Amino acid sequence: MIFAAEPTFWAAFLQQTIDGLAFGALIALIALGYTMVYGIVELINFAHGDVFMLGGFLALTLLVACGLEGLGFDGRFKPDEFGVWVKVLMIGGCILFAMPFCGALNYGIDYLVYKPLRNAPKLAPLVSAIGVSFVLMNVGLFWGGAQDVNFPKLVSDDNLLPADAGLRFTAKNAMVFGVTIPLMIALTLFVQYTRLGKAMRATAQNPTAARLMGINTNGVIGITFAIGGALAGAGAVVFALDVGTISYTMGFQNGLYAFTAAVLGGIGRIPGAVLGGLIIGLVRYYGSAYVGESWTGALIFGILIVILVFRPTGLLGSPVREKV
Amino acid sequence: MPFRITLPLVLVAAFAAVGIAGLFLTDNSKPKGKPDVIKIASSLPRSGSARGQTDSIVQGIKLALHEVDHKITLADGMTYKLEYLDLDDATASAGNWTIEQEIANANQARSDPDVMAYIGTYNSGAAKVSMPILNTANVLMISPANTAPALTKPGWGDRHEPNCYRPSKDEHGVPKVNYTRVVPTDDVQGAVAAQWAHDLNCKQVYVLDDNEVYGKGVADLFDKTCKDKFGIKVLGHESIDSKQQEFKPLLQKIKDTSPDLIYFGGTTQTKAGQLFKDMIAVGLRCPMMGPDGTYETAMIESVGKEAFETAKFYATFGGLPISELKDGRGPEFVKNFTAFYGKPPTEAYAAYGYECGLVALDALKRAGKKDRDAVRVAGLATSKFVGTIGVWSFDANGDTDSKTMSVNVVKDGKFEFVKKLELK
Repeated sequence: MIFAAEPTFWAAFLQQTIDGLAFGALIALIALGYTMVYGIVELINFAHGDVFMLGGFLALTLLVACGLEGLGFDGRFKPDEFGVWVKVLMIGGCILFAMPFCGALNYGIDYLVYKPLRNAPKLAPLVSAIGVSFVLMNVGLFWGGAQDVNFPKLVSDDNLLPADAGLRFTAKNAMVFGVTIPLMIALTLFVQYTRLGKAMRATAQNPTAARLMGINTNGVIGITFAIGGALAGAGAVVFALDVGTISYTMGFQNGLYAFTAAVLGGIGRIPGAVLGGLIIGLVRYYGSAYVGESWTGALIFGILIVILVFRPTGLLGSPVREKV
Repeated sequence: MPFRITLPLVLVAAFAAVGIAGLFLTDNSKPKGKPDVIKIASSLPRSGSARGQTDSIVQGIKLALHEVDHKITLADGMTYKLEYLDLDDATASAGNWTIEQEIANANQARSDPDVMAYIGTYNSGAAKVSMPILNTANVLMISPANTAPALTKPGWGDRHEPNCYRPSKDEHGVPKVNYTRVVPTDDVQGAVAAQWAHDLNCKQVYVLDDNEVYGKGVADLFDKTCKDKFGIKVLGHESIDSKQQEFKPLLQKIKDTSPDLIYFGGTTQTKAGQLFKDMIAVGLRCPMMGPDGTYETAMIESVGKEAFETAKFYATFGGLPISELKDGRGPEFVKNFTAFYGKPPTEAYAAYGYECGLVALDALKRAGKKDRDAVRVAGLATSKFVGTIGVWSFDANGDTDSKTMSVNVVKDGKFEFVKKLELK
C-alpha cells in the first residue's frame, strides 16, 4: 500500500486547523442566525437549527429534480457526468433556492408564532420556539425518512495543493470558505452601512425609542428573521455538500453547536458569533485529534462553561446586557 | 469485555421491573384466550432504517407458517389454528427500537394466553428488556438476530448476567432458560473478523466502536483476538459519539497512523456510513470492516454506490447469504420463498426469520400440547435440527452451536459473498 511517509506533528496540526476552520465557518453561519435574532428580540430561536435542516432537504429535492439520485429515486445522471461549470451552476442554484426558502420559513415562523407573543413574558416565545423545532423536525422526518440520507457528491475531495505539499486543501474546503466568508462580509456591511441595517441596530438597542423615531420595528424584526434564515439556508447547502449526508436530526446537533458558538462569542454580537463558530470548529477538530473522539462534546461545553464563568457576557459581549 | 457500565443495566432492570410490577397489578382478570388458536408473536423494529431486514425476517416467518397452512395438529389430538402477531418495537420518530415499545410488546405477548413463542428481538439491547418479562411467564423466545454474548453466556458481561434475565427458577433452584437464538454470537463474530483481517495480510489495524452493547462488544473481541491470536498491531481503539454528523478529524488522525484496515464495531444507524465517507474524504484508501449490523442495503444507500469503488467495505455476517444456502433446508427454502413471494429474498435475514418459525413449530410439535412450559422445554431441547444453514443444536444456554460465518464485500452497489469462515 502506498501512503505518504509518517507526517510530521506540525503538518498534521495544520491539516486539522484548516479542516477545523472550515467546519467552524459553517457553524458560524448558523450561529449568526441565532445571534441576530437574540440581539433584536432577545429570543433564542430554537427552531433555527431545524430551518437549517429543511434547507438541506430542499437542496436535495432540487438535485433529485435535476435527475440525481436520492430520496428513493434512481438517478438519471451521476454527479461525475457533469462538467465543473454545470456543478457550480447547480450548487449556485441550490443556494439561490434554499436561501429565500429558509428566509421565508423563518419569517413565517416569526409572523405566525413569535409576533403574537411579542409582549408576552419571555418564557412564552421560548417554549413556542422549542415547539416549532419539534414540528419542523417531524416535517423533516416525513420529507427524508428516519435514516441518514446520502447527498449527491457534487464537490470532490481532490487536493488543490500540489501533491508534495504534505497538506490537503480540497475543493470542498474552498467551497466552504468561498461561500461563508463573502456572506459574512456582506452581512457585516449590510448591518453597518445600510438604512435597514441601521434600523436593525436601533431596534436592537431600544425598540421603544426606535418606534418613536418612525421605524417599523415589527417589519425590521421580520427582516432579521428572514436574513438569519437565509444564512442558514446557504449554510445547509454547503454543509450537505461538505459532509455528504443529511438527516432530520442534523438541525439539532448543529443548532446546539451554533447556539453554543453564539453564546461563546457573546450572544447578540455578530463578530462574536463568527469567532465563537471558529473556536467551536477548532475545538472539535483538535479535541478529536489530540484528546479523543468521544470527548469532543464534553470539551466544547466544558470550554463554554469556563468562559461563561469568567466572562458571563461571552468573549465579545458588552459588559451589561439584559437577561432573558 | 462488553459493557462494563452498569447504569444502563440498572435502568433496563428498573424498566423491566416496572413492567412486571404493572402486570401483577393489572393481571387480576385472566383472559381466557381461544382454545383452538396458537399465536406466534414477533417483536422487531418494523419502523426506521432496519425495516428492510425486519421485512425479510417477517417474510421468512410467514413462509414457515404458510408451509403448514397455518394449522398444526399436536399429540393431544387437537388441531390448532396458527396466528401470527407482527409487533413493532420501534417508533417512527426514534427510527430505532425503544425500551417502552419493547416492554409493551413483551407484556402484550405475556398477557395473551394463546402466545406460545416470541420471535425476537432484533437488537440485543431490546432482548435485555423483554427476556425477564417473558421468562416468568415461560414464553419461549427465539431471536433471529441478537448477537451480544452476555445475554446467554456467563463471564461476558456484568457479573449478574445472564442470570438477571432469568428471574424464574425451577424446583432445584436453577434459573429457567426461555431464550434461544439461531445466530452465532459476537464472540464468534469478533474472532472471525480478526481471522479475516489476518487473511487480508493486515499488519496494523485501527479499531472504532459506537459505544453501544453490540458495537463495543464486537469491537473489543476483534481488538483482543487481533492482538492475542494473530499478533496484529492495534494502533488505537476509540469510541465515537453517533450523534455527531461527521468524523473528519478522527479519520484524519487515523490516516496519519497508516492502518491496513479500520474495524468499526457498530451499525448503519450508528454512523458506519458516515465513517466510511469521511475515510474517503480525508484520502485514506484502506479497507473498512464492520459486523452484521452494517450488512444491509441501508449501509450502501447511506454512502452511495460510487464510494465503494474507491475503497473496500467488508461486513461479516453470522451465517450465510442467500446465495450460499447449500446445506440442509437451504435450497428448498430459497425455492419456496421465490415461489411464494415471486422473487428471492433481498436480505439474508429472511433465512433466519424462517429458521425461527421452523424452530417454533418444531418445539410445538415435540411439546405435543398447548402449554407454554412444555413448549419452552421442547424448544431448548432442539438438537440436530436440519435448518437452512445446516444441522445444528441449541446448547444449555440456548445458543446455537453453529459457528459458520461469512465475509462479504460491497461490489456494484450490493453485498457480495467473499468467503465462508469457520471458527477453529
